[in-house]
Amino acid sequence: MSYIQNTDADRLEMLARIGAASFEDLLEPVPPGVRAGAPLEIGDPMSESETAAHLRALADRNDPAGETVSFLGGGIYDRFMPATVRYVLSRSEFYTSYTPYQAEVSQGTLQAIYEYQTMIARLTAMDAANASMYDGATALAEAMLMACQIKRTPRIVVPAALSPRVRAVLRSYAVGKGIAIDEIPWGAGGTIDPGALAAALKEKAAAVVLAQPNFFGMIEDARAVSESAHAAGALLVVLADPVSLALLEPPGEYEADIVVGEGQSLGLPQSFGGPLLGFMATRTEHIRKCPGRLISATVDLDGKRGYTMTLQTREQHIRREKATSNICTNEGLMALAATVWLATLGEEGFREVAVQSASKARTLYRMLAGEGSVTLPFGKGFFQEFVMSVPDPAEFVSRARRRGVLPGIPIGADFPALGEGAMLVAVTEKRTRADLELLRDIAAGKGGGR
Amino acid sequence: MSATIFEKGTAGRSGRYLPPNDCPVEDLGIAAPRRGEVGLPRIGEQDLIRHYIELAGKNYHIDKGMYPLGSCTMKYNPVINEELARLPGFAGLHPAQDEADVQGALELMHRLERDLCEITGMSAFSLQPVAGAHGELTGMMIARDYLRRRGGTRTTVLVPDSAHGTNPASVAICGFTPRTIPSNELGLIDPDALAAACGDDTAVLMLTLPNTLGLFERDIARIVEIVHEAGGLVYMDGANMNALLGIVRPGAIGIDIMHVNLHKTFSTPHGGGGPGSGPVGVAAHLAGLLPVPRVVETGGRYSLSEDLPETIGRVHSWYGNFNVLVKAYAYIRTLGGRGLREVAENAIINANYLMALVGERYEIAYPGPCMHEFVASGKGLKKYGVRTTDVAKRLLDYGLHAPTVYFPLIVEEALMIEPVETEKKETLDHFAEALASIAREAEEDPDLLHRAPITTPVRRLDEATAARDPQLCWRGECVEP
Repeated sequence: MSYIQNTDADRLEMLARIGAASFEDLLEPVPPGVRAGAPLEIGDPMSESETAAHLRALADRNDPAGETVSFLGGGIYDRFMPATVRYVLSRSEFYTSYTPYQAEVSQGTLQAIYEYQTMIARLTAMDAANASMYDGATALAEAMLMACQIKRTPRIVVPAALSPRVRAVLRSYAVGKGIAIDEIPWGAGGTIDPGALAAALKEKAAAVVLAQPNFFGMIEDARAVSESAHAAGALLVVLADPVSLALLEPPGEYEADIVVGEGQSLGLPQSFGGPLLGFMATRTEHIRKCPGRLISATVDLDGKRGYTMTLQTREQHIRREKATSNICTNEGLMALAATVWLATLGEEGFREVAVQSASKARTLYRMLAGEGSVTLPFGKGFFQEFVMSVPDPAEFVSRARRRGVLPGIPIGADFPALGEGAMLVAVTEKRTRADLELLRDIAAGKGGGR
Repeated sequence: MSATIFEKGTAGRSGRYLPPNDCPVEDLGIAAPRRGEVGLPRIGEQDLIRHYIELAGKNYHIDKGMYPLGSCTMKYNPVINEELARLPGFAGLHPAQDEADVQGALELMHRLERDLCEITGMSAFSLQPVAGAHGELTGMMIARDYLRRRGGTRTTVLVPDSAHGTNPASVAICGFTPRTIPSNELGLIDPDALAAACGDDTAVLMLTLPNTLGLFERDIARIVEIVHEAGGLVYMDGANMNALLGIVRPGAIGIDIMHVNLHKTFSTPHGGGGPGSGPVGVAAHLAGLLPVPRVVETGGRYSLSEDLPETIGRVHSWYGNFNVLVKAYAYIRTLGGRGLREVAENAIINANYLMALVGERYEIAYPGPCMHEFVASGKGLKKYGVRTTDVAKRLLDYGLHAPTVYFPLIVEEALMIEPVETEKKETLDHFAEALASIAREAEEDPDLLHRAPITTPVRRLDEATAARDPQLCWRGECVEP
């Protein structure tokens, strides 16, 4: 199968117009010694049906969480996805368009991003949001670079209860600018230990990162952390779960300076962890230090409302090495997905997603609290995810899988202080009471195989 | 005028999508709750769909027409690949699932890595970077850590003046200092000038091949030799790899690190700005520095390994843009080795043909055979008071998309044109005729071009006011105006 439309006759005619005797003439600038000696060994072309059969066979060798009872979270959640999101994403007017550099013929993309920026700004109660970043981890890494640039201080303070993957991304981005990342341990409740935070802030820091909720699902005392950060002259960077913002005080109200997060929860498929959606919001005073694209409303020559990319002098194609970031391609289509998801659910539906997730998580927590070998190290101050400990996570996971349940993510290896048995259990609105009871029964060692 | 989604709803109109909660909603015990509403729309499904279809109608896109953006490789996105990437067996996978449940996904990634190695001649690939610039950044981290491990203090990265802006920006984030090297009169890197610029401080030469003028660096073998002799590494920005498929394998000519753009060369859609995918390939001596986790195969079983002591760490939360990988993998399987070579050949023929046609009315910056793209200049129209931006805007009135303009920076009034292999001859003829017609209009009625576009959903936008006082959010209430 080929997607080339020109025929041999077309090519001959074109070569004649070019004035070349053959295609080989056009390769004149490529010295023979540099050319590949042999054809590529990646197999023969396949027909569409052969490719499809091959890919379907690969897909069939997977057992997707999306089709089971999944309690997996850790940043990626199994959420309800209305058909509207799939439908809009499947429109090629959106998915086959390029970055909206020619604004007059990109108003669809530009307005959708403007609506997205508005929704993120409203969720976070910040002044403005950018047009998206790669994922939550790189959004936080960019926020770190931005904060260190604003404060001209190469040090940030982060909670130890942070996703190990986010921490790893921060580390690799920090090296180039020589940024030190210091961790604040969690206290008995699974949240930032205020004494440890105060101690960490005795040394100058550009920013304190607040993960809200943190990796263990626990809701932090955001105001206290914000006050400590600002009292020490540091910025407050919040890594927020966007769905939690339906219920929790939004970061703008406790004086956050930069808010970032992982937007997969806003209606994106789990998709084995990509594409994701990094979001970033900030205050007006910092907007010119912000990475990535920004869309502004404006008017055209006739005074008609329109949208355009703005403040491009921050960006790499203008400012090159002095740009605020190297980001170019972002996750535009995923921002559209999030916008349609939020618009479909609306004010009440969005809140309902958060309420159902939180109340079901609490129901499960109570069910598990009484079950034999399960322990719950922290309290009920979580959003939709909590840590539980079982004697043997591998055995537990394997037993649950046999009954069609993915019971959680073992995190003991990443957080030795929690013990080997620690697991992270997430409950979204998609889980039913029967699902919760099934997990409880598995934890209690009740019931047979499926 | 297109009202925002916030202006189109009214209280009580939202649909009810969730089943009733079957768990008790007691006091959730949240100490600091949100007070007040978020400010999300309340709109019925029909009007919501109408809203986004109205917006869709205001977009130019590949399925509508040619997209001759230089260095962007806007080729046809096969629809079957969209269908395959949406299979629940791919789209429904959680990245923390047990390896036993994701064998098909890991196998696909492993096979794609091997395909990219064969296509590029590199020794190993990581699929983790999710964009071209992300790949550059990852590649620069690898170069930096490799050079540090060898005990050096090399900090300069040489970047030709024709390079994409992401190149120097990626270099800077990694703590390197970019140094611009000028192109010679042929638009190429001058080996002698390069040799003079190389020294004990040279960490990397970062080049694009073919370069952004659409030219192949004839002296590439000598260029690589010079940098290696100076103790530096050669990084290749593979944004223009479409021209080289089956023709040049960068690994075989001594390139140490490169990235490819799956959303350019391997046909995955651009999504209005993303998601993309920018896998990074390295030569054997750098394989130990790739990001973790790595996909490892042992006796037909696939697993994810963190065991890579010299790794630069992670650059993404999980494994990169998996959904994009599925589409690129399907594309490679469909085309096979022979088909990929045909892609490059036809991309090169199309570009040279279009260059011949466009050259009748516009100056070609660097005449002679080009690879997959070429740069024309609109400077001949300046005598009529017409600039390249006017030509670009007028093209929109012809129902076409504009080329990349004012880039590369070294060509005055640049029009950077990449026709790609999937466009047929008649489409190229039509595009060239439109450009020729616009050149005539410039001569006869320049004001027509200054006013352009006039047929688009909006006309030229006031960017200056937007930059002075950016309006980044809708400030109104969520009600009908």
